[in-house]
Order: sequence, then structure tokens, then C-alpha cells
Amino acid sequence: MQPISKHTGLVMPLDRVNVDTDQMVPKQFLKALTRQGFGRNLFYDWRYLPGEVPNPEFVLNFPRYRGASVLLARANFGCGSSREHAPWALLDYGFRVIIAPSFADIFYNNCFKNGILPITLADAQVDEPFRRAEATEGYQLTADLPNQAVSDAQGLKFHFDIDDFRKAVLLEGLDDIGLTLKQEPDITAYEQRHHPQANLYQAVDFTQ
Amino acid sequence: MYDKIWESHVVREIPGEPTLIYIDRHLVHEGTSPQAFAGIEAAGRQVRRPDLTFAVMDHSVPTKNRELPIVDDSARLQYCAEFGIRLYPMGDANQGIVHVIGPQLGLTQPGMTIVCGDSHTSTHGAFGALAFGIGTSEVEHVLATQCLQQDRSKTMLVTFRGKRPPGVSSKDLILALIGKIGISGGTGHVIEYAGETISRLSMDARMTICNMSIEGGARAGMVAPDQTTFEYLEGRPFVPRGREFHVLVDEWMYLPSDFGAKFDKTVELDATQIAPQVTWGTNPGMVTSVTERVPDPNSFRDPDEQKAAVRALEYMALRPGTPIVDIPVDRVFIGSCTNSRLEDLRAVARLVRGKHIAPTLKAALVVPGSRVVKAKAEEEGLDRILREAGFEWRDAGCSMCIGMNDDVLPPGERSASTSNRNFEGRQGKGSRTHLVSPIMAAAAAIAGHFVDVRELGVDVTE
Ligand code: SF4
Repeated sequence: MQPISKHTGLVMPLDRVNVDTDQMVPKQFLKALTRQGFGRNLFYDWRYLPGEVPNPEFVLNFPRYRGASVLLARANFGCGSSREHAPWALLDYGFRVIIAPSFADIFYNNCFKNGILPITLADAQVDEPFRRAEATEGYQLTADLPNQAVSDAQGLKFHFDIDDFRKAVLLEGLDDIGLTLKQEPDITAYEQRHHPQANLYQAVDFTQ
Repeated sequence: MYDKIWESHVVREIPGEPTLIYIDRHLVHEGTSPQAFAGIEAAGRQVRRPDLTFAVMDHSVPTKNRELPIVDDSARLQYCAEFGIRLYPMGDANQGIVHVIGPQLGLTQPGMTIVCGDSHTSTHGAFGALAFGIGTSEVEHVLATQCLQQDRSKTMLVTFRGKRPPGVSSKDLILALIGKIGISGGTGHVIEYAGETISRLSMDARMTICNMSIEGGARAGMVAPDQTTFEYLEGRPFVPRGREFHVLVDEWMYLPSDFGAKFDKTVELDATQIAPQVTWGTNPGMVTSVTERVPDPNSFRDPDEQKAAVRALEYMALRPGTPIVDIPVDRVFIGSCTNSRLEDLRAVARLVRGKHIAPTLKAALVVPGSRVVKAKAEEEGLDRILREAGFEWRDAGCSMCIGMNDDVLPPGERSASTSNRNFEGRQGKGSRTHLVSPIMAAAAAIAGHFVDVRELGVDVTE
């Protein structure tokens, strides 16, 4: 996973609440066997008209937002299906930072597994960059993870909260499976503590 | 109850870090898991507990013409054999939707931690288990370590008071709750469903409720295990027998929340006031009673909600003020992990017996949740009743809930569906979904538009 520390990039505003992961990656693309290449399908049904003609009315296709890497979103972003294809597609398209008033739980978790920084700001705070992004072409934001701040060149600056452990994971690009495997003795001890006394922890088909 | 299960699964706790918890059952399906296996292999890692991992094909399997070779997906779970994981493939007698077969096999038991790369894993909470959906990276993590890094959730108590009126299904109870708290009302929480309405429900009905917890934003939903739970479990393939079973039941009796247990949030609903529900928009929170009308977007106070409602009505091609019962449907889908169990199919069969689907209907599909449900239904002759009424009787799978196989809703068409998501394009690009209970869907199939099932005098159970 690619670490992320300080990131400055073009902002794309997506002014919709409750954007679900079905919209980010529709099901017909779930059949792929790898984690790469989902970027071209990001927001597929909103983005393309029949025949994969880009829909000029969808914000992702506005020329001014080409190359955006900071996604500005509304409440409950990433709700619905657990599909991790959603963050894979966002990342593959080029988004490294997502700013929203709130995120759905599973999606929020999935971001951290993929080197995407999800930033939660208050509703009223999010309104301001929305205004600025729509008013100023080429509007950029900087997300500074070590200092937990979002800022722009015009003096806007917001502090954001993030769990310390998650912050460290993103800063160092940690492989959490590797980390957990280091706790192997604890896992084995847990299994030994629980297995003898309870069949709960074994799965036996008693019909066979 | 959440705290009890949580505490008994802590492997390692360090302040400032997420807790490492042990996972008792890991369910895997072909939709979201191939990349996780590939990751394990690429890193040269092993699956720690193949014996606690179970795989099933459900998301993209065809529900008809199964004798034809399938081109598409045979390779997707090839890893299972490699790692020694038990797989229920398409032809297996036990195959079905992962959230239907887990309980049916008795893999799901009270007090367990259960995960699956699928957000509707919350279904298994109906047994008093802590069950939630995870992403593919987490699937890989569980495969490698049988553990998961988790932060403790907040808890929410949802109490349904009073007796469920006849014709009102558990689906209506959960839709009414989501309508009340909104689709992010449960975010960050684990919901416990309680109250006399819930304790009178069958396991099938409780599963429907827990299933849709995620639609209210909660990762997990649970119901305290009781006699209904134990009776359901006794004799299931993976449930111990005889004396051992009774030892387990004694343990399970300690699981329910203690009297006066504290919750971070509490919500109460009066079940006697709940009518059959129909969604009118593009998320499950956009829902109303069958006796109501399509709402006017201006009736919402929040400007974001207003905008969302305008957009939803445009997508759904509905005019504000239209009575719900005047909305015609093109297709009816009865199935999905929410409503495809025996009780659902029985109720549907009772309602449609001797009747026929409306001539205006393009198709009505019944897709049993598992091959076991299918076999039992056929034993009872339900398939015959349904076929005679004009329904198509299919093989088990996710089918039109997600439209990953050939069962899709064509653009612009409108469905009455017993599934759980009415997102844009969920059942097929441009498709318009109305979520309802099984008997509401069946009644809509017969009438060609929504009707209030309470007027038909049919209940969910006999
Ligand atoms: S039936 Fe639908 S919601 Fe349930 S597991 Fe299958 S695709 Fe997911």
C-alpha cells in the first residue's frame, strides 16, 4: 500500500448525499479477478451514456476536473455494499483524499486498507470548499495528515480528527496482515484457551 | 449482548490500537473474495483455519438451465480446493445464498463472531451472534490470521412494542425503522432488536430484520437467542447433538443483555401502528406506507434531502401525490437473502393459490434462497401452486437482487422486489425497484399494481 502524508491536488466536488458503492462500481465489473483497472468504470452509470459515450453533464467529465485527486463529497458517502472495488476504483482513477461530512462504516475502513485518506469535516465546513471548487477553476486543497489539517491557497484551514492508529497505518503504508501475524502467539494462546472447553470453536458436520 | 460477545473474543487489546478479535466463522462467496485469495497466495501466506472457513457460489450463478456449462465463473473459487476450504458449488444440494445456508447448516450459532465479505452478513445476528460484513482486504486478513482488527462499536437498542398486525411482515417492521432513523441512522452502531414483537417472530422473520440492519447504516444487528432460536438449531448439520447440545444451550442462555444494560442510543416503535411498507425512491430510507402517497420533495426540510428526493422521483418516474396503490409494476421478484426462506415462500403460495398474475405483468420470479429451501418447498407442492399462478420457479442464488447473472430488470421497468436495495441500477441499468415484503410482492403480481395486503386477509404465518 502506498503511504500518504501530505497531499495537494485538484478538487472535484460531487454534490450528492448517500452515494452508494453500487454507483461507484456497478455489479457487472465485480467479476474481475484483480484489484487493478477499476478506474475507468468508476461511477459507470452516471459517467457514461449508452455506448460508453461520456455524459457531459456528469461532473467527472467536466474538463476542469480532469486529473482531480481530492474528492469532495456529501454525507454518508460509500453506503451500501461492502465491495472494496469502490475504493479500488477511486484510487485507480487517481483519488487519494476524500472529504465528506460522514462516511459509511465499511467503506471508511476499506479506504485505510488502500492508501486513501478519508477526512470527516463538519457539514458547514464542507460547504465552503464546495463553494470555492465551483467558483474557482483549478481549485486545489492540501490534506496534511501529520498535522491533521485541510487547507487551500486562499487561507481556508480546517482541523480534522483521525484515529491515531489509522493515521500511522496510512503514514507508513503498513501491511496490517503482517502486523497481526506478529501476534501469532496471542492467537494460538486464544485458540488453546477456547478450544478445549467449547465445541463452539470447531466446525463439525455431525451428519457425516 | 454485544459486549459479552465482544469480550469473549478479544485476542489482544492494546490502548490506542484497534482490538484484535477472534473470528469463529468466515463465510466466503465468489463476488468479493477472489482478490483476497490471490493476495494470500502472492504473499506466500497460508489460510490459518480452513476448517472455520466456508465458501459458496451464489452471487453470479444462473438460476435456470444449470445443465448448460457455465463459461463465466467456474474459476473464481478454485482457491478453495487449494487451501482445503469446504466449498458448496453450484450443483451441491446445500448450495444457496451464503446468508441462507449459514443458518440452515447450523454454522451460525449464538455467541459467535461471524464475518463475510458481504454487507448483509448482519443476517446471522438473528441468532444472537455478532456478524458483520467486511471488505476484501479484511477477508484476506481473516484468511491469514482468523482475526480481525476492530474498534468497539456503539450500541443501539431498537424496541418494537405490541403485536404485529396480520399482513404486516418483519420486512415492514425493518423498513419502517429505516424510514424512521434514515439510512445512516445506525452508522457506527450495532443494533439489538428487542420487544415482544420480535420475540414472537420466527427465525426466518428475525433474519429478515437483521439482514437489513446495514440498510440503516448499522454493520450488525442482533436478536437475543431464546427457545425459538434453540429449536431452530437443534439437529442442524453443524450443531452438536444430545448432551453436548444442552451444554451449549446453557451457555447461550447467558448471552442476552442483562436487565438494565446500557445502550448508546435507543429507539422505540409501536408495531401495532405499522402498515405494509413500499419504497418510492432510490434508497431503502425512502419508504412509506402502502396507504400513503408518493411524497412531495418540498415536504422535506433538509435541502440535501429535497434534492435527493427530486432526483429519486425523476429516476423512478413518479409524480408526487400519486397514491402508492396506483403504481403499476412490470416485474415481480421474490427472493434474495432478505426474503427467500421457506416461511416467505409459504406465505406467497397461500396468497396466490388459485389466482393468476396480472396480464400486464412481464414476469414474476421466485428464487428460493437455497437448494434445501427449494427442495422443501417442492415437497410441500409450493412450486406447483406458484407455477399455476404464472410465476417462474428458479434455482437458488442472488439472482435479480443484484443482477449479476442473466436475471436483470430491463431499463425503465418497474419491479416489486423482496430484496434489500433499491439503489439506482441495482437490478439492472435504469431499473426501478420498489422494496416490499413477500406477500406485498405477491399481491402486486396478482393485481398488477401495489395493494394493501391487509385487505386480502392473508398473514405471514398460518
Ligand atoms: S441476495 Fe442480494 S444482498 Fe443478498 S447476498 Fe446476494 S446479492 Fe447480496
